[in-house]
Amino acid sequence: MSGWRQHQGQAVALPAANIDTDQLIPARFMATPRGAGYGQYLLYDARFDEAGATRPHALNDSQPSLLIAGRNFGSGSSREAAVYALADYGIRAVFAPSFGDIFAANAVNNGLLPGVLAEEDHAALLDMLEEGPRELTVDLDQLTLRVGNQMLPISLDPVWRTKLINGWDDIDLTRQHEAAIATYATRRQADAPWAWPAR
Amino acid sequence: MTSPPRTLFERLWQAHAIHTREDGAALLWVDRHLVHEGSHHAFRKLAGRGLSVMRPELTFGVADHYAPTRDRVAIADPDVRRMIETLIENTAQHGITCFDLTDPRQGIVHVIGPEQGITLPGLVITCGDSHTSTHGAFGSIAFGIGATEVAHVLATQAIWQQRPKTMRIRVDGRLGPGVGAKDVALGWIAKLGADGARGHAVEYAGPVVDGLSMEGRLTLCNLTIEGGGRFGLVAPDETTFQYLAGRPFAPKGAAMDQAVAAWRGLASDPDAAFDREVTIDATEIAPIVTWGTSPEEAAPVTASVPDPTRVGPEKADRVRAALDYMGLTPGRPLEGTPIDQVFIGSCTNARIEDLRMAAAVLAGRRARVPGLVSPGSAMVKAQAEEEGLDRIFTEAGLEWVASGCSMCVGMNGDLVLPGQRCASTTNRNFRGRQGRGARTHLMSPAMVAAAAVTGALADVRPFLAGREVA
Ligand code: SF4
Repeated sequence: MSGWRQHQGQAVALPAANIDTDQLIPARFMATPRGAGYGQYLLYDARFDEAGATRPHALNDSQPSLLIAGRNFGSGSSREAAVYALADYGIRAVFAPSFGDIFAANAVNNGLLPGVLAEEDHAALLDMLEEGPRELTVDLDQLTLRVGNQMLPISLDPVWRTKLINGWDDIDLTRQHEAAIATYATRRQADAPWAWPAR
Repeated sequence: MTSPPRTLFERLWQAHAIHTREDGAALLWVDRHLVHEGSHHAFRKLAGRGLSVMRPELTFGVADHYAPTRDRVAIADPDVRRMIETLIENTAQHGITCFDLTDPRQGIVHVIGPEQGITLPGLVITCGDSHTSTHGAFGSIAFGIGATEVAHVLATQAIWQQRPKTMRIRVDGRLGPGVGAKDVALGWIAKLGADGARGHAVEYAGPVVDGLSMEGRLTLCNLTIEGGGRFGLVAPDETTFQYLAGRPFAPKGAAMDQAVAAWRGLASDPDAAFDREVTIDATEIAPIVTWGTSPEEAAPVTASVPDPTRVGPEKADRVRAALDYMGLTPGRPLEGTPIDQVFIGSCTNARIEDLRMAAAVLAGRRARVPGLVSPGSAMVKAQAEEEGLDRIFTEAGLEWVASGCSMCVGMNGDLVLPGQRCASTTNRNFRGRQGRGARTHLMSPAMVAAAAVTGALADVRPFLAGREVA
């Protein structure tokens, strides 16, 4: 996975609260191999009707790479497929006042930024987007979202920032701790033999 | 020297931290890792990097998400067949014990873990499923992870985690008849919101929690994620130890004695400080149903459908959208809302005690709507059949099927059709969760049984009058 520092792109608003992972990708598409691409399934039931025809929807009417979403975005199941759907569609960052915890971790592992904005900045941005998509610039070095000549601060865990910039996932980060893991395992087995399944 | 007072969660966290980073995140040792069909992305990642499974003896697999509940020998749907075959191949290739569809130990991952004694107190348990919080009922750190993290645990037997804040939910008072763990959980989520516990590990405590069976505690911890908390836990006690005695993968003999001695120390210190404390009075809790499309959109069954014009401007649009999807009229009583079908199943409420509760209501009565009963595991199914519960369900007109996630998520094809209203013992009333356009009302197994008998949302309490629950 490649890292990134800056991204400029079109943003649209998905203001509803609690957009959960079942909405982001309905379960029936989850047997799809990743190689086939998940972008077409993103928010499928909102974007397409029963016959598969497109409905008016922010993600059909334009091709944004940034989303300004509502509170508790990505709540629900741990399905990483929700992140695959966003990433494969072309979304690079989602901004919201809060995210589902598991979703946010999954996002970072796939190069997608879950950026937390202050409530008032978020509300102002949503107002602005009522008039239509806007071009915004995300800067991971500065941790800012540029809107016209305004700079909105983004809150993000510092390690997540490092991971996004370098395109690392956790397996890369853990390599250097292999010896410590082995030592721990030996000690654990001695101190808590009951922690191993009886056979 | 005495160490500062610690909560149970902090105690478990420290015992598992292999390395703590400057920013406070820790690399935690994982004692148990559970995989299912959905883990195929993770196995593929592992193969892509040429890595093997580090500790197959600490990893268990089970077919549940796609498990057919009817014809299991010749699986008609090629996708379903492929998902299950892939799990079997991946686990076999890495030497992981896997409970496939023919195994008498098969069932929903969060039911079989405890049932087999794979889940124990004092562990860190991970699984690529958000309801892994369930296992915290034994006094463990148990949490759901995504596919990249599943691959990480497979490869390293460890996981990076930011330490969450701690929260204690005390449940005081006494539960009224017909009110159970599901109502307590939906009650606090309605009060605090679907993100009320976000960023927190929730320890449940108080006399009501102490008095709950393991089944009830599992339901409570299971639903923690619906309130936004990745972790739910209960300090282990005699109830926990008795439940585990004799379970296949639990310690035996002297090893069990040693384990119980260690587990007795697993509690929050009396003076430990939590980042947040919430107290609930169980006496005030009535049976609860959800009316909307988020678990926080729940109310006592005696209440009315909320009116968007009366909830305040910040909530009005959301309530209106939810009622529109659910096909409900503002201001009308919830009770009496006609339903089309019922579902009793899922990792939330398909253990033996849940089935006994539903059967107590259904015994000698007929369901007015069709419905499916899918036990939480093949062993729960066998036990229920031994107790004759299956006949109560079938005589009431409900279908008694094999175990799996079934209509909780519909991956196996057990779906609620568009526009149909389902009274369900599951955990998510999200749009489309049980099928495209499906209208889900979450409630306890007893309440689902009452809904079946009346063909409408109903208060279970009168139906329990004079009846014994086994
Ligand atoms: S029963 Fe439902 S919530 Fe539980 S593991 Fe299966 S799909 Fe997930």
